[in-house]
Amino acid sequence: MKPFTYLTPTTVEEAVTLFGQHKETARYMAGGTDVIVKVKEGWMAPDYLINLKQIPGLDDLHKNGATGELTIGALVTHAMLEQSLLIRSEYPIIYDAVSNIGSLQVRNMGTIGGNLINAVPSADGAIPLIALDGAALLKGPEGERSVMVKDLFVQPYETVLTPGEILTKITIPAQAPRSGSAYIKFGRRAAMELPLIGIGVLLVVDEDLATCTRARICLGVAGPTPLRAQKAEQLLKGQPVTPDLLTEAGKLAADESQVRDSVRGQAWHRKEMIRVQVRRMGLRCLDIINQKARQV
Amino acid sequence: MTKTISFILNGDEISCDIQDHWTLLHLLREELGLIGTKEGCGNGECGACTVIVDQLAVNSCLYLAADIQGKQVQTIEGLAVHTGSLHPIQQSFVDNGGIQCGFCTPGMIMSAKALLDKDPEADQEAVKHALAGNICRCTGYVQILDSVAAAGRQMAGKKTDKAAGYGDPGPVTRQPGDQTAGEVTP
Repeated sequence: MKPFTYLTPTTVEEAVTLFGQHKETARYMAGGTDVIVKVKEGWMAPDYLINLKQIPGLDDLHKNGATGELTIGALVTHAMLEQSLLIRSEYPIIYDAVSNIGSLQVRNMGTIGGNLINAVPSADGAIPLIALDGAALLKGPEGERSVMVKDLFVQPYETVLTPGEILTKITIPAQAPRSGSAYIKFGRRAAMELPLIGIGVLLVVDEDLATCTRARICLGVAGPTPLRAQKAEQLLKGQPVTPDLLTEAGKLAADESQVRDSVRGQAWHRKEMIRVQVRRMGLRCLDIINQKARQV
Repeated sequence: MTKTISFILNGDEISCDIQDHWTLLHLLREELGLIGTKEGCGNGECGACTVIVDQLAVNSCLYLAADIQGKQVQTIEGLAVHTGSLHPIQQSFVDNGGIQCGFCTPGMIMSAKALLDKDPEADQEAVKHALAGNICRCTGYVQILDSVAAAGRQMAGKKTDKAAGYGDPGPVTRQPGDQTAGEVTP
């Protein structure tokens, strides 16, 4: 591996300053599961790697009891999310997505922030955060700003982050009552594999437990960046959610997707699976909503 | 850049000089002479280089040596107790034929240990989930899963038995001529 100098700041400000000193010869690194591979393969050749792991607070994971807002620090690892009872019980869509990223060894190191910044079209970590209307806080030389996770991605491997900016945390607003969410990573095998297609669905229903008041249908590997099937979402909104309506939503989502042929699968297969899985994930959302309603 | 780090390796406190760009795998194999940990793909895909850092299984090929400052590292060399008897997971791999060529075995055993230390009664799904990042190209997965399950049963049964003689690895006895951390001159 090409030698580099490893810098370990202890505040975000210090990290940004270090980047300012070394500019394009420096790269930030979180868990390292992507950056180290890229340095080893020569796809990236930084003279300075700025380690973000020793900055206190960046691995914060908590829900604010008063506002119901969930904070996920950018340095929270996939394994921390997978093993969190809060995530498993209240945000199953996040659990579904992160528990099969890479392998346990990778999940013990890789972070949710790194997963987003890497900006691969398949980013398992991004889909649930988009479905949950998550926002990313960015800090950089010009100060800080907040960007919706759905707007982070420009094209494969490119985000809206400007040089020197650091993703510090993701916040997720309080979940509406009577909401359910589910994600499926669909592919040949779960572990050590990118998905053929990733589908995340979130539904919120009215007090009648049928009429949809909010729908999110998020697709991974269905275009150059993670995308929302907004026509399908519109179809559901204001309507009683039935299996037939979910079938229609699946068809619309498949039509809206920008799937293509790749080494992992053909476009027609991806479309078919979007059609089938949007319906299945929608039904799973309804199950979750009904289960919760019975518990109240 | 060269820096000095201190950490606990298989129960022994050591400090050594490292280069910033060294991986933990490089430090273990090339500098400390602990060649039980294997390099397969070098990209975090195969799990042959799995070691345990602060109770978590990680790919040592992607883990920078600089990041183990102050941490506890366990490698396959730390498993057998210094009297020479094998750790129950190692013994179980021998007894159940969980080994063919042996190249994936140290990684498999370290992944299994990270799981069974937390939950010796892990069911087969949990074992599969924990070992999914360890690839065996001799296709011996059934025996490997059997080996881990049998070791788990034994560890669960003996968990309260203080005289069992295994558990956290004791100090590793090095033979005369072995390279120790203090002698490393990168």
